[in-house]
Amino acid sequence: MYNLIGAGLIVIGAGIGLGQIGGKAMEGIARQPEATGKIQTAMIIIAALLEGLAFGALFLGK
Amino acid sequence: MKVAKQTFKFFVLLSMLFTSAFVMADTTINDGKSDGGQVDTKKEVEDYILHHIQDSHDFSLFSYTSDEGERKHVGFPLPVILWSSNGLATFMSSEFHHNDDGSVIVEKNGSKFVKIHSKIYELDAGATTVAYDADHHATNAHKVWDFSITKSVFGILVIGLLMLFWFSGLARQYKKKQIPTGFARVLEPLVLYVRDEIARPNIGDKHYRRFTGYLLTVFFFIWILNLLGLTPFGFNVTGQLAVTACLAIFTLVIYTASGTKDYWMHMLWMPDAPWWIRPVLAIIELAGAFIIKPFSLLVRLFANISAGHIVVMSLIAIMFTLKESLGVVGATGLSLVLSFFITLIEVLVAFLQAYIFTMLSALFIGMAVAEHEHH
Repeated sequence: MYNLIGAGLIVIGAGIGLGQIGGKAMEGIARQPEATGKIQTAMIIIAALLEGLAFGALFLGK
Repeated sequence: MKVAKQTFKFFVLLSMLFTSAFVMADTTINDGKSDGGQVDTKKEVEDYILHHIQDSHDFSLFSYTSDEGERKHVGFPLPVILWSSNGLATFMSSEFHHNDDGSVIVEKNGSKFVKIHSKIYELDAGATTVAYDADHHATNAHKVWDFSITKSVFGILVIGLLMLFWFSGLARQYKKKQIPTGFARVLEPLVLYVRDEIARPNIGDKHYRRFTGYLLTVFFFIWILNLLGLTPFGFNVTGQLAVTACLAIFTLVIYTASGTKDYWMHMLWMPDAPWWIRPVLAIIELAGAFIIKPFSLLVRLFANISAGHIVVMSLIAIMFTLKESLGVVGATGLSLVLSFFITLIEVLVAFLQAYIFTMLSALFIGMAVAEHEHH
């Protein structure tokens, strides 16, 4: 039961984080379309790091 | 055209290998779980998904119950190689007759082996049947060293040979001409993509050549195995912790071994920092380099692929679990639509995970070989 609540909290946190990353990247691309490639790469790396953290937490909580 | 012909021959051989499976349909001993009576669908679906996520000792495509009430399995057995207390024991996995609860005992070289939940155990001396404790753990059997060609190992071998064949073909073509022909033309832009978009910007112009080979291997290995996991053969190689852990350890060894003096200096005794903060930073940096980086690499790949497989299979299972409430056509239609779109997403995830693993490996290697400017 508690690990389900924990999983929900992790997903909420990861969702907020991914939303921030994606939203800011969009803003950045809209401001500077010529930097799209660099922004996308950085976005994917940070999203991957966040995802690693979230999956790690889910994995430990299982 | 010669290469195209060779590729064609290779695929004919490969498809023959897979279709030969249909000839080798064999039956299980009926273990009392007949399909006639009441079946707890939810539990059965759960068991099936968990069984799929695990590695298995035989290559099983599907199974069904014949009119005579026999359970038929379509697939082929794989060799089991064990190092037990009485030395080496080898036999085909068909000797277990698809039994998974330890009631079929195989005797080889004076040791008795049983298979419980896809793991092989050796019975202790004198024991004739498996005894379980309250948690359903075997009490009179112990684990053995298992070097079997399991389903995942089989997948790795097939993909390894396939990659060797494809990429040595691509390399051979450059000796004769500048532009490759046939299937190699598909591979060339991918190779260039990994080199120019992943290796070069993250490692730097000076050192990237040394590591491009590793990055290319890891990229194609993960990507092709991820895609293979989406086929009905039901491989789940990159969703095995052992496989992803090995890949992460390769990356760890490579960036640790190629670390420059600067890298170790910055890790162990950070320059330009107050002396009392240096040990704290060293602890954080060491934990980051040896635990957090490889752990995040291995868990990310494992969790993404396993989660993807579980989601796809759960959506397929909708067709059984919602049969009562939606009717046969409704449940099948819903499951078909949902699993189709999630499979499309999984195709994207298959590429993305290979990209991210390679990208982060390149980034970590780049950090290790970077030359810092001194102020």
